[in-house]
Amino acid sequence: MRPADVLRFAAGSATGSPLRTFLMVLAMSIGVAAVVVLTALGDGARRYVVNEFSSLGSNLVIVLPGRSETGGFNPANAITGTTRDLTVEDAAAVARAPSVLRTAPLTIGTSEATYGGKLMDVTIVGTTADYLAIRRMEVAQGRFLPAANLGQSMSVAVLGAKIRDELFGAEPALGRMFRVGDRRYRVIGVMAASGQGLGMNADEVVVLPVEAAQAMFNTNTLFRIMVEAKGRESIQRARKETLEILMARHDGEEDVTVITQDAVLATFDRILGVLTYGVAGIAGISLAVAGILVMNVMLVSVTQRTGEIGLMKALGAPGHTIRNAFLTEAALLSATGAIVGYLIGQAGAFALRLALPTLPAYAPGWAVIAALGTALATGLLFGVMPANRAARLDAVQALSKR
Amino acid sequence: MSLIELTGIERVFTLGDSEVHALRALDLSIGTGEYVAIMGPSGSGKSTLLNLLGLLDRPNAGTYRLEGRDVTTLSGEEQAQVRRERIGFVFQSFHLVPRLTAAENITLPMMLAGIVAAERNERAARALADYGLTDRADHRPDQLSGGQRQRVAIARATIMRPAMILADEPTGNLDRATGEDVMELLEGLNAGGVTLIVVTHDPVLGSRARRRVMMEDGRKVEDTGAA
Repeated sequence: MRPADVLRFAAGSATGSPLRTFLMVLAMSIGVAAVVVLTALGDGARRYVVNEFSSLGSNLVIVLPGRSETGGFNPANAITGTTRDLTVEDAAAVARAPSVLRTAPLTIGTSEATYGGKLMDVTIVGTTADYLAIRRMEVAQGRFLPAANLGQSMSVAVLGAKIRDELFGAEPALGRMFRVGDRRYRVIGVMAASGQGLGMNADEVVVLPVEAAQAMFNTNTLFRIMVEAKGRESIQRARKETLEILMARHDGEEDVTVITQDAVLATFDRILGVLTYGVAGIAGISLAVAGILVMNVMLVSVTQRTGEIGLMKALGAPGHTIRNAFLTEAALLSATGAIVGYLIGQAGAFALRLALPTLPAYAPGWAVIAALGTALATGLLFGVMPANRAARLDAVQALSKR
Repeated sequence: MSLIELTGIERVFTLGDSEVHALRALDLSIGTGEYVAIMGPSGSGKSTLLNLLGLLDRPNAGTYRLEGRDVTTLSGEEQAQVRRERIGFVFQSFHLVPRLTAAENITLPMMLAGIVAAERNERAARALADYGLTDRADHRPDQLSGGQRQRVAIARATIMRPAMILADEPTGNLDRATGEDVMELLEGLNAGGVTLIVVTHDPVLGSRARRRVMMEDGRKVEDTGAA
């Protein structure tokens, strides 16, 4: 029997009993559609979280002074353990790396701010103009620190929203002089209220030029260097370049720790990824159920078509021809079910995207391929038993049945 | 050389604890072009004999030579090929595939033999014309009369130009007049050189054959005009 004839014969016997075929295709398509929609939902949630993180500045690479040991004891560090200062110049050098968009040095300390007899403890953040962009923060009034205009603009400050309210109350703060520690600063801007971020409340800080802050705390070293990579994909390269530049500037010694905020994100990514796998697995169970249904329906079909099978044998069909015909039929039914299910699933994912525009509910490629593959495989697998039963039928008994 | 050569055929069925001898020590020789009626009451073993002749069943003992070749030792695959090319079956209940049209039912053996579609359709059209079924080509079995169904079945049995036709009560489900038509059709084929073996319990039908083999309790009890 020619393959094309086997296919036509199988298709004919499938369409010969429309209700049976419809039910089987339905079962298979529900399974596939469930996988597509649920993985679209899971993966959509993952992408949603990743995107939200990105808008918080996820392309961040953070440089800490000193080496944090994570790889166990290293004899090289026991001999040369000196930590060099992390300086403003280091930050400027890193900013010139090809994968780095911008950097901001960070010095942090606490001091007292006074204005008009009011005194409060504040957190001082010493940084440069690029800090605003790196942290995706916004200025509510005035402007942020001027771009590297050393010397003359040393005595300016930008206030967090809460500091402004508590220190100045109803008075306009912009342009006023106030005192931090033993120096006076002019308020050139007020930050928009933003809330918590990276473990410190951005509303309760006073932002000063980094040189001013370093002078205030009498230090040369920085607390952090914030580095923003040019894109998500260049984070790892930016990290490597940052490390190389700093090592070169620090006499070839790796005395800084470079971490990526991406590492945190990767954890979320992983958790939600596993969740998606789990959901896909649960949906996959419905595929297995569909496979068993395929087997059941094919077994009924073999019983119903006993006479036909006997006839085929009498007409000279060897067992393997009959097996192929039934297997092909099972494969055709599951393939049709898989395709219909895929279309239903994609339509469902589309409906999800319409209903929840913020959720990028696209089924991941692996899930679609796995669903289609599982549908076909279960269809074939569960088709084998009925097909073998058909092939082994005794021709005489099969013919005597009506 | 005879077409069919059965020697010492035994066929035993096991039903529960008891053994039923469907055929005992059967010797039978049928020549090419013969017209044989195998007769006997039900349970006499005539259907079992027909199944053996059609290679649908294997004997427990004895040899079956078809055209000089021992076919009892062939594999299932080889037996299927012999059925496909040398044997045509006609059944009492027609055994047409209900979802296929008359033309498609006739092409079925050619499809199994792997003949290309163009030749299949041409040969089927010729067969339909020969059996006066051209205007019924696209009808499904349930749209055909009993006589038409059996004519389709005969067309299907002969489409591969077999050496013999095995007919099991071919008129059993037909009225007298239609049955007469069908028998004339089969006898016409026999006149054309095809060996015709008819199994029946109807003495009238059996008397039409040139040779009659009477069966009883699995034994051949009478054989008129052995070749």
